[in-house]
Amino acid sequence: MEDSIILQMREIVKEFPGVRALDGVTLEVRRGEIHSICGENGAGKSTLMKVLSGVYPYGSYEGQIFYMGEEAKFKNIKESENAGIVIIHQELTMIPELSITENIFMGNEIVKHGLIDWEEARQRTMELMERVGLNLNPNTLIKNLGVGQQQLVEIAKALSKNVKLLILDEPTSALNEADSANLLELMRGLKSKGITCIMISHKLNEIAAISDAVTVIRDGRTVETYPVEAGHVDEDRIISSMVGRAIENRYPPHESHPGEIIFEVSDWCVEDPNVPGRMVCKNSEFHVRAGEVVGFAGLMGAGRTELMRSIFGHNYGVFHGGTVKMKGQELALPSVSAAIEAGIAYVPEDRKNLGLNLLDSIRMTIVSANLKAILRGRLLDSDKELQAAEQSRKALRVKTSSVDAGVTTLSGGNQQKVVLGKWMFTEPEVLILDEPTRGIDVGAKYEIYRLIHEMADQGKAVILVSSELPELLGMSDRIYTICEGSITGVIDSKDADQEKLMRLMTTTSDTKS
Amino acid sequence: MNKIKKVLGDDLHKYTMVIALIALIVFFNIASGGKMITPSNFQNLLSGNAYVLILAIGMLMVIVIGQIDLSVGSVAGFCGMVMAIAFQKWNFPWWAAVLLGMGIGVLIGAWNGFWVAKMGIPGFITTLGSMMIFRGAVIWISHSISVPAPSELKWFGAGHLPEWGPAFTGMNNSTLLLGIFAIAFVIYAQLRQHARVNELHTNKEPLWPVVIRIVLGTGVIGYLTWLFGTGRPGTSFPIPGLILVVLVMIYHTITQKTRFGRHIYAVGGNKNAAALSGVNVQKTYFLTMLNMSFLAALAGIMFVGRSTAAGPSDGTSWEMDAIASVYIGGAAVSGGVGTIMATMVGGMMMAVLNSGLMLLGVGADKTQVIKGLVLMAAVAFDVYNKRPGHVSITKRLFNRNSAENKEGSPADKKS
Repeated sequence: MEDSIILQMREIVKEFPGVRALDGVTLEVRRGEIHSICGENGAGKSTLMKVLSGVYPYGSYEGQIFYMGEEAKFKNIKESENAGIVIIHQELTMIPELSITENIFMGNEIVKHGLIDWEEARQRTMELMERVGLNLNPNTLIKNLGVGQQQLVEIAKALSKNVKLLILDEPTSALNEADSANLLELMRGLKSKGITCIMISHKLNEIAAISDAVTVIRDGRTVETYPVEAGHVDEDRIISSMVGRAIENRYPPHESHPGEIIFEVSDWCVEDPNVPGRMVCKNSEFHVRAGEVVGFAGLMGAGRTELMRSIFGHNYGVFHGGTVKMKGQELALPSVSAAIEAGIAYVPEDRKNLGLNLLDSIRMTIVSANLKAILRGRLLDSDKELQAAEQSRKALRVKTSSVDAGVTTLSGGNQQKVVLGKWMFTEPEVLILDEPTRGIDVGAKYEIYRLIHEMADQGKAVILVSSELPELLGMSDRIYTICEGSITGVIDSKDADQEKLMRLMTTTSDTKS
Repeated sequence: MNKIKKVLGDDLHKYTMVIALIALIVFFNIASGGKMITPSNFQNLLSGNAYVLILAIGMLMVIVIGQIDLSVGSVAGFCGMVMAIAFQKWNFPWWAAVLLGMGIGVLIGAWNGFWVAKMGIPGFITTLGSMMIFRGAVIWISHSISVPAPSELKWFGAGHLPEWGPAFTGMNNSTLLLGIFAIAFVIYAQLRQHARVNELHTNKEPLWPVVIRIVLGTGVIGYLTWLFGTGRPGTSFPIPGLILVVLVMIYHTITQKTRFGRHIYAVGGNKNAAALSGVNVQKTYFLTMLNMSFLAALAGIMFVGRSTAAGPSDGTSWEMDAIASVYIGGAAVSGGVGTIMATMVGGMMMAVLNSGLMLLGVGADKTQVIKGLVLMAAVAFDVYNKRPGHVSITKRLFNRNSAENKEGSPADKKS
């Protein structure tokens, strides 16, 4: 075997009851490269990494793994870590109430005479933090760090284990642009020190920026592997091999017919509930027309979600004044149920924590925000419920065997469709979508886009909050930009491009004037 | 297999505990030489455990919202004592004393609900406080002495339906009438359901499963009617049992068929998602805690009626029996899961164990040990069955020939 190959996975097959998650995946990673793995949700990327790291022990899968020239037979994570393979998961796995030092040496404590040597541990933590570019007190509690810093601590932890092959599962999915750039820079630095990285990512621009090679997985099989030449990657080629079909256009064509202004917010002021004195919305003003899709752009922490949630029945923050008008009528929105009643729907950004009750079936989820509609007398009518759920399933093309199936049996994209269905069932006039396509694959995104257009065509006002600028440009009629709680601009998307938006997103109102 | 499903519904899993309960009753009957399944034993089983089962109804709802109520025993004891003192010392008429006791229960519920809903203090801590407060208060107001209860209350706590009508039926005619009503209701409900299904759905349900369901229902109710109705003269289906059945029907409807019911499951399943769906989380917490103490007061007063006096230690550790019933019935500690019906089966399991072991002459000490083991076994069985990737034992027993496997893959729906 060539010495330059650090890892070779051959014909890996992994089955779960009823499902073949991996169906002969082959992966070859050269020493010291950054290797990206792409694939739709459910393609088998995470399963493959779990096979590699011993989460699924040797013997529970078929195929062979060669690591550093020898066949690897990891029985658990400990063994793979000892060999220098460390995974950093999408959901960070640190304990918020413990310090950086305690987290870094969790399960790997420096013990002398049966007791933990905290002095030594702190010393080493300082060294590790320096390597990842963190300048913090090692006693700082994890909960006081931003997500970007937490990610760096995770990497420091991996370095403490003498990592040779670092696997990052969607490392930037929760990071803002600056933190993402920082992380990618760090990965380049690690590479120069001889650490091999495997990165699972959906973000094609990142892949283009740092990868040396890309492997695309679809339906549990390797579709193709190819080298990336000097920062250039053919995005359309990756997309078409991910979904198995060529996508000429990532956004469905649509002609909008905006009507009257039906939704107006003015002088909206909200204070951060945790940091007194910090305003998360500063005299925000915007309006939406019937049949219009209005985008909201802003960096993480700019206050987009806070603005939307405070409008949705004061669900967030301390309200300091402002008015909401629907079709010229001023609305009082003291509670979420009042907002729903008034015809506002809010699809939250965090599907699992805010959008769904994971114990519910599809049919229970669909009706859950509008139980009134399935009442017969004072009791809930299961027949009406079933009809509503079936209608939704057809309209949204949810892939499921039955509406009685639990929402956890669905893929991310289908879960999101069910959440959309739940809010469409409230028959809203104004639909606020907060990151509606986060974490779902390209095919499902396309369908969500089509649904957004359908709703706009029905004359609803659609507000689209998104971190992906191409999505905003492709989908919206107009785009508002927010920076540090202030609305800093509004542009017609015909005249907008990513640079213009980014400039407005990083310009505070103070510097603008 | 498919035929069984057509009759009983797709989810056979929920009948596991019923089968276990029946097996337990049959076992005790054989082991005790036929002393288990007798009219008087069944009457005692119901009237002697009705108060715990009533507590379990409220407790199920509390556990579904993700809380717990440790104060129910103390509250039951306190409300029973207030009622007895009002009657005995303050010369209230008996019904006014009962209303006072219930009213106090509602107030205590509001107290618990206030701390849990408005102040956000976990139910465990709030009700631990209430448990101490009201246990102390019972002893305080009673000076550690039992207070006799109004004799009218005996009817509620241990009474029987009247004897009347012709003797040729060979049983208590009130019980017979109840049985006939129940059977009529089953037939009506089944036929109506069938009619609605065929009216609204494209895949029609054939008539035979309906007929089998009616025959099964009639058989079970008929047998129970005969069992409860043929006791000593003057005995019938017990009044506490009747109260329990009515409460179960009411609360089953509330939890399964009303908006409030959906809200308690929504809040227990995901509080934040519920709030963003327009559910008033605080109100749901408040009402559920309030309802619990209301039912505790009712249970306490029924118990006092049965034992003819309110004692200072009434209600001690009832909360544990109620909580055990809920968990044996398959509820989840984390909230969002559990039903009234399953809880009742869980509660009957404990009751049958108590009664059966007593019939076998097992001492109270060993009974306690066995009940603890049964709790663990039942919950472990449930956890094992629900563990992803496992084919449940029930499925293995029933589903051997069915080719489709709905379990699917446990992990990696998202990669």
